[in-house]
Amino acid sequence: MLDNYLLSLLIWLPIVGGMLVLATGGDKNSSEARVLALVISLVILILSVLLYHKFTLGTAQMQFVEHHAWFKLGSLQAFYYLGVDGISLPLIMLTAFITVIVVIAGWEVIQYKTAQYMAAFLFMEGLMIGVFCALDAALFYVFWEAMLIPMFIVIGMWGGARRVYATIKFFLYTFFGSVFMLVALLYLAFHIGSFDILQMHAAKIGMTAQLWIFIAFLLAFAVKVPMWPVHTWLPDAHVEAPTGGSVVLAAIMLKLGAYGFLRFSLPITPDASHTLAGLMILLSLIAVVYIGFVALVQQDMKKLIAYSSISHMGFVTLGFFIIWSIAANQGNYTGAVMGIEGAIVQMVSHGFISGAMFLCVGVMYDRMHSRMIKDYGGVVNTMPSFAAFAVLFAMANAGLPGTSGFVGEFMVILSSFKANFWFAFLAATTLILGAGYTLWMVKRVIFGAVANDNVAKLTDINRREFFFLGLLAIMVLAFGLYPAPLLNVMDASVSNLVEHVIHSKLIPGG
Amino acid sequence: MTATMPNMYLWIVLAPLIGAIVAGLFGKSIGRAGAHTVTILGVAIACVLSLLVFNYHVLEGHAAYNGSVYTWLVSEGVKFEVGFLVDNLTAMMLVVVTFVSLMVHVYTIGYMHEDPGYQRFFSYISLFTFSMLMLVMANNFMQLFFGWEAVGLVSYLLIGFWYTRESAIFANLKAFLVNRVGDFGFILGIAAVLLYFNSLDYATVFGHVDMVSDKTIQIFSGHNWSVITVICILLFIGAMGKSAQFPLHVWLPDSMEGPTPISALIHAATMVTAGIFMVARMSPLFELSETALMFVMIIGAITALFMGFLGLVQHDIKRVVAYSTLSQLGYMTVALGASAYAAGIFHLMTHAFFKALLFLGAGSVIIAMHHQQDMRQMGGLRKYMPITWLTSLIGSLALIGTPFFSGFYSKDAIIEAVGESHLAAASTVHIMLLVGVFITALYSFRMYFLVFHGKERMDDHTREHLHESPWVVTLPLIALAIPSVIIAWFFFGDIVFGDFFGDAIFVLPNHDVLGDLHEHNWVDMALHAVVTLPFWLAIGGVVTAWYCYLVNPRVPVWFETRFSLIYNSLVQKYWFDQLYQFVFAAGGRALGKLLWQVGDVQLIDGAMVNGSAQSVGVMSRVIRHIQTGYLYHYAFAMILGLIALLVIFVPGLSGKMMSLLRFS
Repeated sequence: MLDNYLLSLLIWLPIVGGMLVLATGGDKNSSEARVLALVISLVILILSVLLYHKFTLGTAQMQFVEHHAWFKLGSLQAFYYLGVDGISLPLIMLTAFITVIVVIAGWEVIQYKTAQYMAAFLFMEGLMIGVFCALDAALFYVFWEAMLIPMFIVIGMWGGARRVYATIKFFLYTFFGSVFMLVALLYLAFHIGSFDILQMHAAKIGMTAQLWIFIAFLLAFAVKVPMWPVHTWLPDAHVEAPTGGSVVLAAIMLKLGAYGFLRFSLPITPDASHTLAGLMILLSLIAVVYIGFVALVQQDMKKLIAYSSISHMGFVTLGFFIIWSIAANQGNYTGAVMGIEGAIVQMVSHGFISGAMFLCVGVMYDRMHSRMIKDYGGVVNTMPSFAAFAVLFAMANAGLPGTSGFVGEFMVILSSFKANFWFAFLAATTLILGAGYTLWMVKRVIFGAVANDNVAKLTDINRREFFFLGLLAIMVLAFGLYPAPLLNVMDASVSNLVEHVIHSKLIPGG
Repeated sequence: MTATMPNMYLWIVLAPLIGAIVAGLFGKSIGRAGAHTVTILGVAIACVLSLLVFNYHVLEGHAAYNGSVYTWLVSEGVKFEVGFLVDNLTAMMLVVVTFVSLMVHVYTIGYMHEDPGYQRFFSYISLFTFSMLMLVMANNFMQLFFGWEAVGLVSYLLIGFWYTRESAIFANLKAFLVNRVGDFGFILGIAAVLLYFNSLDYATVFGHVDMVSDKTIQIFSGHNWSVITVICILLFIGAMGKSAQFPLHVWLPDSMEGPTPISALIHAATMVTAGIFMVARMSPLFELSETALMFVMIIGAITALFMGFLGLVQHDIKRVVAYSTLSQLGYMTVALGASAYAAGIFHLMTHAFFKALLFLGAGSVIIAMHHQQDMRQMGGLRKYMPITWLTSLIGSLALIGTPFFSGFYSKDAIIEAVGESHLAAASTVHIMLLVGVFITALYSFRMYFLVFHGKERMDDHTREHLHESPWVVTLPLIALAIPSVIIAWFFFGDIVFGDFFGDAIFVLPNHDVLGDLHEHNWVDMALHAVVTLPFWLAIGGVVTAWYCYLVNPRVPVWFETRFSLIYNSLVQKYWFDQLYQFVFAAGGRALGKLLWQVGDVQLIDGAMVNGSAQSVGVMSRVIRHIQTGYLYHYAFAMILGLIALLVIFVPGLSGKMMSLLRFS
C-alpha cells in the first residue's frame, strides 16, 4: 500500500514540510523551525531506509512506480511518472542522510532567518529526490531547474562577501547548460512522441541526431559534475556558500550531473557516447591530473576542497565512459560494469567525504571567520577531537583503504587498466596528488605548534558537532570496510545498463 | 584444534585492534595504566596465539590454511574478500611481528612515561600491529593493499606523533607521499593482476601463472613486454616505497623524527620489511621473470651499498641505525632478486630482532642522555648503563655478521646465494655486498665506540644524571638480545637448506641458488667462517672503526678534508632530498600555479566565462532599454532564443510547435 506513494512522500513531504517550517514565522520562533526541520528530515531518512528495506535486489526493473497523467503539450502527454532502480536508490538515501546532517550542522550557526534557511534545504531535498525518481523527461526537467532556486537563495542570502558574483556565475553556468538539455529533451519527446525516459532509452535514433543530443546533454551534465573546462563556477560557489550550501552542493548536486549521464546520455545515445567516449575520457583524466595540481596550490580551504571534488568527480566520468575502450583493448566488455559501479560508489562516497570536509572547514570558520590556510596552524593543540575527525576525513579524501574513498577509486583504476594502461596510470596519479594536496593542507592547518592567538583561543567541538562528524565518520568507515551492500543494490541495474549501452540503437540503414 | 584455527587467526588480528580502539577512544577515562594494560594485553594475546599457530603449522607440520572471513564486495562476478592465508611464511611473520611489537609495547611504558600523548601512542602502536598482521595474513591483493596502506597511515601518525615539531610533520608528510609513489606502482600492478587473472585471490592467481606467462602487453606502442615482468616490476615499485629502496629511500632517515619505540617497531623490524615479505609471497610470479628479478637485485644492491656509506657520516645515533636499516633492507632485496627468498626472509627475521634491539638500545641511551641524540656528546657510557651496553654490543655483533650470532647466518646465506646466482648482474652485486660487509662493520662499531667507549664528552649536568634505564626498558633489550644470538641455531638449516617454507615460496629449479650451497650445520658453518672473505672484511671494519674513532681520531678528520667532495656528497646524502624538493615539491607547486592562474583564471574564466559576460555587457549597453538587471529576464530571453533556434533548425518541429501554440 505504502509502496504506491512512497516516492511521492519522499519528494513532497520535505516540500510541504519546508512550507510548514516557513510558517513558523520570523526569527523569534527559530527554535521551533529547527526542531520541525529536524523532525521532517529524520522522517524522510526513515522513509528512505524503508525504501531500501522494501527494495527488491537482483532486478533492473523500476520499482515503486507511480504513473499518472500530468499535462498535455499538444499531442504529447506528460506524466507524473516516478520509479527507482539500483542506481537512483543509493543517491536518494544519500540525499536524505545529508539533509539531516545539514539541518543539524546549521542548528546554532544560522541565527539569521533560520526558518527560511531550514526550509530552503527541505525544498532542495524534495526536489533533488524528485530528480532521482523522475522517469518522465518533463517532470525531470522541472525538478532539475527548480532545484537551482533554493540553492541560489541559500548562497545569495547566507553567503559570503562575493556572493552576488558567485550566485550569478553559478546560475548562468548551470542554466546555460540545462537549456540545451531542454532543447534535446523536447526534440526527443517530439521525435518519439513521449516524454517517457524509458521509451527514450528504447528508441532508435540516427547517428547525427544522437551526436547533437549527446552534446546538448553534455553541456548540461558537464557543468553540473563539473567537468573540465566548465568547472570554474564551483570553487566560487563553494567559497561564497554557507557551510550547509557547500555540503549539499558537493555531496548531492554534483552527483545529479553524473546521474544525468547514467539516466540520459549513455542509454539514450549509446552510439554517440561510443563515438565521443575518447573525448569524455580525456576530459575526465584532465580533471584528475590538472585539477589535482591546481588543488595543490590553493590557499583557501574551501577552494581546495572544491577543486578536490572536481578531481574526484573525474573518476566518476572516467568510470562511465571506458566501456568501449575496454572492449577495444581486450575484446570483451568484462570490466565495464565494474567501472560504472566504481563510479557510483565514488559518487556516494564523495557525498560523505566532501560533505564532511566542508563541515570541518565550517566548524573552523564558525570560530575563526577565516577559510585561509595561512590563518591556521596547530589546531590539534586546541581542538584535539576535531583534529582526529579532520585527519580521518582527509585520509578518506586521499583514498585510504578502509575508508569509502578507496573503494570507488580502486574499482575505477582496476577497470580502466583493462581499457588502457595509460588511463589507469593517469588516474592513479590521484594516489600521490590527492594525498599531496589533502595532507599538505592538514599539515599546515591541523598540525604544528599553535600559530597565533586566535588558534590558541579555539575551543574544541561541542556535542552537536561531534555528533554530525561522528555520523559521517561512521558512514565513511562502514562503506570502506563493507561496501558489499551498496554493490548489491546497484549490480542488476548497472549490468542492465551496460547490456543496453553496448548495443547500437542506430536505425538500420539510417 | 583444526576447527578452532580460523577463530584463532581472527583473534590474532582482533585482539590488538580492540586494544587500539579502547585506548584510542576511551584513553582519557581508562587512564595511562588502563591504556597500556589493554593494549599490551591485546598484543600479548596475539603473540601467544601466534606462537601456537607457529607450532601448529611449522613444528607440527599441518597444512596451510586459506579461508575467507567476509566478502568485501562483489562486482561483475569478481569477489573481493577479506580472508587469511596462513602457511609457514605467514606463521613466521606472525611471530616476528607480535613478539617485537610486544617488546616495544612494554618498552614504551618506560620511554614515553612523561609524554602527554601516552594513551594515543599505545593506541597507534596497537593499531599498527593490527594493520601489519592484516598485511601478512592476507590471502588476496586487495587486503594486502589495505594492510599496506594502513601501516603507512599509522607510520604517518607516529612519525608526526610530536606534531608541534615542524621537522616531524614535514617528515611524516614526506614519508606518506614517497610511499604513495610506491603505492602508485603497486595499485597498477594489482590492476594488471586483475586484468590478466580476473581474480585478486592469491591461490587463483598463483594457480594460473602458466596461462599468463607467455602473454605480452604493449605499454609503448611497438614494444611488447612480458605481462609477468610488467606486473612484477609494478608490484616491486610498491615494495621500493614501503621497504625504502633506492630511489624511494629518502623518507626513512627522516622518519626518525618519530619516537624511538616506533623506529624500532615500524621503521626497522616490521613495516619496512613488508616489501620483502610481499615479493617473497609473490615468488610464483617473480620466478617467471628474470628481468624483474634482475631489476630487484640491482635496486637492492645499490641500496645495500650506497645507503651503508651514508651511515658512516651521521652524528645522530638514530640516523646511523636508520641508514643501517636501509642497507640491510637492500641485502634482503638482493636475496629476493637472486631467488634466495628463504634467505631474504631469514634475514628479515634475524634483522627484526637485532635491529629492534639496536634501536631500543639507542632509545635507552637517548633517555639517559636527556634526549640528546648527537654521538659527539656521548662516549664512555658502558660503565653507566651496563645492560644497554651489553645488549647493544650483542646487537652490533649480530648486525656485522659475527659467527654464531643470528645475523651471521642470514647474511652469509644471502652473500653466498648471490655468488651462485646466474643472473648477469650477480657477480657485480656480489662484490657490492662484500664491500657492504666492511662498511656495515665500520659504521656499526664507529657508533658503538663513539657511544660506549672513549672520552665522556657530555656536559657535567648530563653526566651526573647518567644511569641505567628502568626494567621496562632493559627487559625488552634482554628479551630481544637472546633471539639476536640464538634464533638462527634452530632454524638456519631448515630455512636455508631445508624446506621450511614449503609451498609458500616457489623457486624454479634453475634458480635454486640455495640448493647449490654446501650444506652445513650451524656449528660447522660458524667455524668455517674463518676461512671466508666476509668474516675478515667484518674484522677489518671493526678494527678500522677502533683505530679511527678510539685510537687516532685525526684519521676521519683528515679524510673529511682530503676527500671533501666524497665527504660532502655523503653528508648531503647524494643530494637526493634537494633534487626531489626542487623537481617534485617545488615543480608540482609551480605547475599547479601555472594551471590555476593561466588555465583557470586567465583562459577559462578570463577569456571564456567573464569574456562572454563582458560582451553581453557591451551588447546590453547598446540595447540598454531591455536590460533590467533581473536574472530571470535573461533566463527567459535565453529560453526564447533557444526555442527560436530549435524551431529553425529542427526539421518538422515548427509545425508541431505551431499546433502546440494553438492548443494553449
